[in-house]
Amino acid sequence: MDTETMAAETRAKRPIRWHVGVFLAPAVLVYTAIMILPLFGTLQLSLFRNIEQSQVFVGFSNFRTLFGDPNWSVNFWNALRNNVWFFIIHMLVQNPIGILLAALLSSPKLRFTAFYRTAIFVPTILSFVIVGFAWKLILSPIWGVAPHLMDFVGLKSFFTPWLGKEQYALTALSLVSVWQFVGIPMMLIYAALLSIPDEVIEAAECDGVTGMAQFWKIKLPLILPSIGIISILTFVGNFNAFDLIYTAQGALAGPNYSTDILGTFLYRAFFGFQLQVGDPNMGAAIATIMFLIILAGVCVYLFLVQTRLRRYQF
Amino acid sequence: MKTKLLTALLLGTSILGTGILGTTGMALAEDVTLNIESWRGDDLTIWKDKLIPAFEAKNPGIKVVFAPSAPTEYDAALGAKLAAGSAGDLITCRPFDKSLELFKKGNLADISSLPGMDNFSPVAKAAWQTDDGKSSFCVPMASVIHGFIYNKDAFDKLGLKVPTTNEEFYAVLDKIKADGTYIPMAMGTKDLWEAATMGYQNIGPNYWKGEEGRAALIKGEQKLTDPQWVEPYKELAKWKPYLGDGFEAQTYPDSQNLFTLGRAAIYPAGSWEIGLFNTQAQFKMGAFPPPVQKAGDTCYISDHTDIGMGLNAASKHPEEAKKFLSWVASPDFATIYANALPGFFSLNSTPVKMEDPLAQEFVSWRGKCKSTIRSTYQILSRGTPNLENETWVESANVINGTDTPEAAAKKLQDGLDSWYKPAK
Repeated sequence: MDTETMAAETRAKRPIRWHVGVFLAPAVLVYTAIMILPLFGTLQLSLFRNIEQSQVFVGFSNFRTLFGDPNWSVNFWNALRNNVWFFIIHMLVQNPIGILLAALLSSPKLRFTAFYRTAIFVPTILSFVIVGFAWKLILSPIWGVAPHLMDFVGLKSFFTPWLGKEQYALTALSLVSVWQFVGIPMMLIYAALLSIPDEVIEAAECDGVTGMAQFWKIKLPLILPSIGIISILTFVGNFNAFDLIYTAQGALAGPNYSTDILGTFLYRAFFGFQLQVGDPNMGAAIATIMFLIILAGVCVYLFLVQTRLRRYQF
Repeated sequence: MKTKLLTALLLGTSILGTGILGTTGMALAEDVTLNIESWRGDDLTIWKDKLIPAFEAKNPGIKVVFAPSAPTEYDAALGAKLAAGSAGDLITCRPFDKSLELFKKGNLADISSLPGMDNFSPVAKAAWQTDDGKSSFCVPMASVIHGFIYNKDAFDKLGLKVPTTNEEFYAVLDKIKADGTYIPMAMGTKDLWEAATMGYQNIGPNYWKGEEGRAALIKGEQKLTDPQWVEPYKELAKWKPYLGDGFEAQTYPDSQNLFTLGRAAIYPAGSWEIGLFNTQAQFKMGAFPPPVQKAGDTCYISDHTDIGMGLNAASKHPEEAKKFLSWVASPDFATIYANALPGFFSLNSTPVKMEDPLAQEFVSWRGKCKSTIRSTYQILSRGTPNLENETWVESANVINGTDTPEAAAKKLQDGLDSWYKPAK
């Protein structure tokens, strides 16, 4: 028999691999039902408008209202600006601190690493409601521990009701969110640092690269892909954020909308608030824009950043 | 990704909807069971122990079940249940547009001719009528009155008299501040609505002359930038020095606690606080209406219609449900309700005898002052930007000092002008 007929026979004998489909089905079905269908439902909803109690197709008119009508656009740009600031704080504070903590934790000389690791990670698994409420109390000018603690070290004069001041509220809440989520970059970087083989480190030591130089020249380049992943996770998380602002400042994101981010803006539009009647169509339009912003961010990362990151195989 | 929040919320409501659907379907064959939809979970025991037994005793064969949901979920859950046809027979009505929308959709039945509806004044019924006032769709149940609650012990200790005019009001505040034992006024701006509801809507009616100003605003004859609408903001701006330290981050529960713990002397209030304050405060309390500008001026109070009850148009037992609504419109109901919930005052034209002294004080103002409702509630909060929500934000801004009264009023009027065209 020549090789060609052999190949044809094995091809014919190979049974259809049903199990692949069966094993994929639950994930595909669940994901489609609760993620993909609602996503397309939202996109569709944003192209309709409720006129005389019935849904009428209006094309992109909701988007024209969102960007063209100052009553909507001012709020939208304000929310987007705040959201960008929220993201910047996370990138500048949360991720460097996460990397620093991971570097400290991976140091072989440090004792009780398991304890520190757990303690820093715990806030991440707390509910937003608890975090929002706890920090509201901590920072409360009336019952809070913050003014007392600051009094203790003679810094009382620096205390202001941060959550109630327009110029500080958003930054304060961003930092609360950083406090809550700093455990995630820490864990990811920590895992990346542990996966660096000892041979590489030893080789570096033989070449006389130690201490800080070793971190900057050897470890940091090796964990860059993880830092990239963390940045994109932070980006997606921040532009989807809603819970913390809602629990700490309410749906109107006071004072004077200074903590309003896209999530709270969407909530008010979609579900309404107090006397404001919800408008699901405008809400869906905002949700669509949020989706596009996140999609654009992820694409920039995937096509421009990730392809240029060098990966090292050991 | 982006739909995560949305999906979760939608799923949440639908699960809630089906959960309640499961429990409401069990009507007994002989007795007719009426279900009441409500957001007043706090009132569950009052309905179960007092109101429903009183009705059932007089109407054998009708069973009533009070089935409340959480206030923040009520509107969404009710909408879903009405759409699915699983909502209760009787619907507790929010005032104005939320209920009007339900009526327009055909979810609420027209009950203009219900026996007992003539027990209510036109102002009381206005919250649940079409704009032309021709059809009513909910029986008015209760209103809340704004004013100031004060710590009587503190006033006695400092030798203060209850202020009646603006001048006296600030004199009292100055004295409390100079003494230093008490925070003069317990109010914060963190939650925004305190500033608008307990601030602007509380003292405002004295300036815009209650119903007269409110009606003129709706007709477009007055503007929010007119002196009578800016003046209350100027007063609010003067409140700042009398509020506690860090009032910018003081929440509504903080204010309540500051007052009931006896640390603050005056609390800009709504009468709904009475029940809670009675159980928490260890000192004697009194109340005074918003002070007038000059002695002898007519006083106006905000007597805001807050809660009503309507008939689900799809109810299977409309006759029995109407019987219940007629009873809700009767003085019998009013007496039980107003006494069980001091601070929620009956809108019934027949005066109701109340036991609670603080509630009596509040309701006595109806006799000497003219009543109005909150200026932003009827018609004016239908568009975007929403006037009520903007009033919250701007009132807080004025007290925080980040906006001048004039600038705040201008922003509100500009927002209103952008969508509201008064009928000429």
